[in-house]
Amino acid sequence: MRRSLQLLAGGALIGWLVLPLVPLAVWSFAHGWRFPALMPQALTLDAWRYALSDTAGVTASLALTTGIALATAALATLIGIPAGRALGQHQFPGKPAVQLFLLAPALVPGIAVVFGLHGIFLTLGLAGTVPGVILAHLIPTLPYMTLVMAGVFANFDPGYEAQARSLGASRVQVFRHITLPAILPGIVTGALFAFLVSWSQYLLTLVIGGGRVQTLPLVLFTFATSGRNDVTGAIALIYILPGLLIVALTARTLTGRSPALAGMLRP
Amino acid sequence: MSDRTRILLLLAPALVVTGTLFFGALGFGLLRSFSYMPVIGLTDPNLDAYVAVFTSPSFLRSFALSLYIAVTATALSAAIALGAALLLRQTFPGRALISFLFQLNLTIPHIVGAIGILYLFSQSGAFARLAFATNLITRPADFPAMIFDPFAIGIILQYVWKEVPFLGLIVLANLQTIGTDVEATARTLGATRWQAFRHALLPMLLPGLLSASALVFAFAFGAYEIPLLLGANSPAALPVLAWRSYTDVDLAARPEAMAMALTIALLSATMIAVSWRLARRTRHAP
Repeated sequence: MRRSLQLLAGGALIGWLVLPLVPLAVWSFAHGWRFPALMPQALTLDAWRYALSDTAGVTASLALTTGIALATAALATLIGIPAGRALGQHQFPGKPAVQLFLLAPALVPGIAVVFGLHGIFLTLGLAGTVPGVILAHLIPTLPYMTLVMAGVFANFDPGYEAQARSLGASRVQVFRHITLPAILPGIVTGALFAFLVSWSQYLLTLVIGGGRVQTLPLVLFTFATSGRNDVTGAIALIYILPGLLIVALTARTLTGRSPALAGMLRP
Repeated sequence: MSDRTRILLLLAPALVVTGTLFFGALGFGLLRSFSYMPVIGLTDPNLDAYVAVFTSPSFLRSFALSLYIAVTATALSAAIALGAALLLRQTFPGRALISFLFQLNLTIPHIVGAIGILYLFSQSGAFARLAFATNLITRPADFPAMIFDPFAIGIILQYVWKEVPFLGLIVLANLQTIGTDVEATARTLGATRWQAFRHALLPMLLPGLLSASALVFAFAFGAYEIPLLLGANSPAALPVLAWRSYTDVDLAARPEAMAMALTIALLSATMIAVSWRLARRTRHAP
């Protein structure tokens, strides 16, 4: 009895988690699928062909979105590592306030700041530009990177660095041979998720990019509201691919035992 | 180099970036919301935008709608997530698959989930077709409106879809930290299975669940693209209304857009602060 209830609940959960992705996948191969047909009349690769052709603008958008996400992740990493070190290894007066200050952007919805940011960027000439969008994406990504690196440095013993220094290693050598290998797994995890956070931004790109920076979610939205369900399905599947890859690659280190993933990704 | 300087140097880039981009934008928005725009000769800060916004019926309706969406979606997600986490603590076939799907779902952008929900629940969507095939309806309009509807069912379903894994993984992590000793002790002291859960385990899970739920609330209250895709035109969710004011041809509407955005910020921040305080209190309670 208890066993079958478990299986029933588990089955329902699996079904519900997969369900919204099913019509996206079917639509991407559908040729003519009008109400009330339960299945498409025929299957075709037309939507995929169109989505990957030059006319759709999807491939250009894919490259742009990847570039923006890579740049955001790199910047967040460079800024987040030292901040994480300060928070993870040092006690200092006002530390809780500093933590709250650095974490706040991850807690408050983007809409709260995006109009103000747009106003500032208009005067700086950053509105409607790719660098402007990258800077805007730093707002939600930096707090996560800092948190991840603070966790990494809290488990890193600076004694090793001191020992290497006393044995005559230069600062660069210490970083290269002692610090970096120890924190590298943390950096990779943090950067992957910074990439994903930037990858999934919609509103910040829409407002700061002012329609001139067409990342994948914006293109996806345009197709979704234009009634091209087949192309929408294909783009949606392309869009979730990096997340799928990252989960597949990190699943071993991030099993249910570790709260890292949930702690890092936004609701 | 003293420790103090060192810490300051390490923190400086992050403090400067957060200070300019986030708090700078917040401050700029705040000034604008007080109708302070020296560039066009407005140098007298006032509360006109807030008065206009809070006396506008369309704002109040949108505010109520967004509050309803956020509260309902958060409560449903938290309840289902708690059940799912308790389920995932046990071993049964399919457990690994659910774990994987939970993690995968975390990486899927909201807009993809929203389009999936649209194709499932719209009046010509998958469920309407099933209803037609089983003779429950004879035309699309017979299918109950769950998209663009006044009850925002599609929007809430989308949030539940995305947030159950988020909250579920957080509760699961807490469950693994707590272990099974607490319940086992309660059981040996004569508690029933339910009593052990209700009085021993649940109070230990609530603080974490509460803090995470506040994040979900803030997100659902402030999200833009999901209600834009799945919501009714009027009343629109608050972020949609704010964006409309911001892009209004009448520039005078911009301070009102800023006032709405800051109202969202204030409510979200308050909810999170209250949840933290409550969580701390529950944690310290005997």
